[in-house]
Amino acid sequence: MGSLLSVNSLNSHYGAFQALFDMSLHVEPGECVALVGSNGAGKSTLLKSIAGLIATSPDAIRFSGQPIGGFPAEKIVKLGLALVPEGRKLFPSLTVEENLLMGAKAGRRGAWTLPRIYEVFPNIAERKNNLSTALSGGQQQMVAIGRALMSNPQLLLCDEISLGLAPVVVRELYQRLTAIRSEGVAMVIVEQDITQAMRVADRLYCLRSGRVALEGRPAELSRHAITEAYFGLEAAHAHH
Amino acid sequence: MPIIDAVFQALMLGGLYCLFAAGLALVFGSMRIVNLAHGDFIVLAGFIALTVTWTVPVHPLLSLVVVVPIMATLGYALQRFILNRVVGADPMAALLITFGISIILQNVLLQIFSGDTRKLQAGVLETASVAFGDSAIGLYPIVVFVVAVTVIAALQYLFYNTEIGRVLRATSDDSQTVRLMGVNQNHIYAVASAIAFVVIGIAGVLMAIRTNFDPTQGPARLLTAFEVVIIGGLGSFWGALVGGIMLGLAQTIGARIDPGIQMLAGHVVFLAVLLLRPNGLFPMVTHS
Repeated sequence: MGSLLSVNSLNSHYGAFQALFDMSLHVEPGECVALVGSNGAGKSTLLKSIAGLIATSPDAIRFSGQPIGGFPAEKIVKLGLALVPEGRKLFPSLTVEENLLMGAKAGRRGAWTLPRIYEVFPNIAERKNNLSTALSGGQQQMVAIGRALMSNPQLLLCDEISLGLAPVVVRELYQRLTAIRSEGVAMVIVEQDITQAMRVADRLYCLRSGRVALEGRPAELSRHAITEAYFGLEAAHAHH
Repeated sequence: MPIIDAVFQALMLGGLYCLFAAGLALVFGSMRIVNLAHGDFIVLAGFIALTVTWTVPVHPLLSLVVVVPIMATLGYALQRFILNRVVGADPMAALLITFGISIILQNVLLQIFSGDTRKLQAGVLETASVAFGDSAIGLYPIVVFVVAVTVIAALQYLFYNTEIGRVLRATSDDSQTVRLMGVNQNHIYAVASAIAFVVIGIAGVLMAIRTNFDPTQGPARLLTAFEVVIIGGLGSFWGALVGGIMLGLAQTIGARIDPGIQMLAGHVVFLAVLLLRPNGLFPMVTHS
């Protein structure tokens, strides 16, 4: 069996600006992969390219062996690849439950249903009839994750889910992600906090300036190596 | 009792105005597109109904069976193939396109139907009346008002209690993020436009039974629709009904004072609302 997701020599552009250069990576079934890197390293661009929000060449991205580069986002989610977008992007005029039901529009059946989501996130169940804007940041993030799960994905892409949240909330979110992983969902997590990323991920990619600077298992990577890859060699030496 | 007469007159006018406006509000509310050809499409619906009754001698209300599907298809196609290209861009693009369509429609209608004024003949429905205390109320005004309330209730239900309504609201919130849910926003926008055109079709037929019309009357209908939307606001479809009734009431009372100031009275109420409550009586809730 091949990789669940493989990215091969991906180049992505925002208009005339090239954000990703010749990037290659892979995700195995059930695996949790973390992407770390500073702002502008290309983490979000990579996730958007995979999810179909940014156009790419057809063969650059394969999902379950099928070339999906160039597919529109609305088609990719139906194949089992869901994105939790940066900044949550809940629908403000919809209630919590209506937001979750939007996730089911992909039309994929599976273990993730409204009752199951409410079981994993009991604190949003209590507020299902509230507008999504009435919730706290952490609860909104749970709705965003729940909404993506409602499409019963094989691979869940999470873009900066801990952004702007208190550490105690972040810890809770990652506990839930672990529970979700145990259902067999593979994940790609974009995370600013290297310690958090190393704790949850099976494998880690460090991106810098639109390229993969370092790849490996958390146990095999030293913090020093990651810091070097994160900021670039010169910057790391300047710290000494 | 002249007061009761005036009130019923106002309700009927208001019902018709509300139908003029509901489609405009729907399209602007969900896509931020102002359709300057809106009034011309109302007139077009009247002419389609006229053609139907010329071809088959049926009651004009029955022509809705043909008019509504044609208008819905037209609305879907207009959005899908033309207006979707400019959604979210500079609003000027959509204004120019629909302004052009307005001119084209008026001239095509003039070519085909000439400038003669027309009217749909609804026979006994136009003259029948219902006794109400000392006065008699026309049956047709009651029909128009009931249709308007039904249409608004149906739109409100569709938008807030059905799956397609949920998707329409989500798409109007964030047309990029709905794509991540597997929704093709181009199709959803076209569906919203088709729904608006169903209302336009109903409005056109009811208008054509009530008054004389000719190919040049679209812009006046558009103006009425604008005023109703501004008075009612974009927060609820019921705003269109309230806005329509307020405009109808102002015009009726104005006409009682002096027939010459009927339209002026309506414009004055519109301006007053614009000054005092610029977002209308049912403002759209902003989520920022």
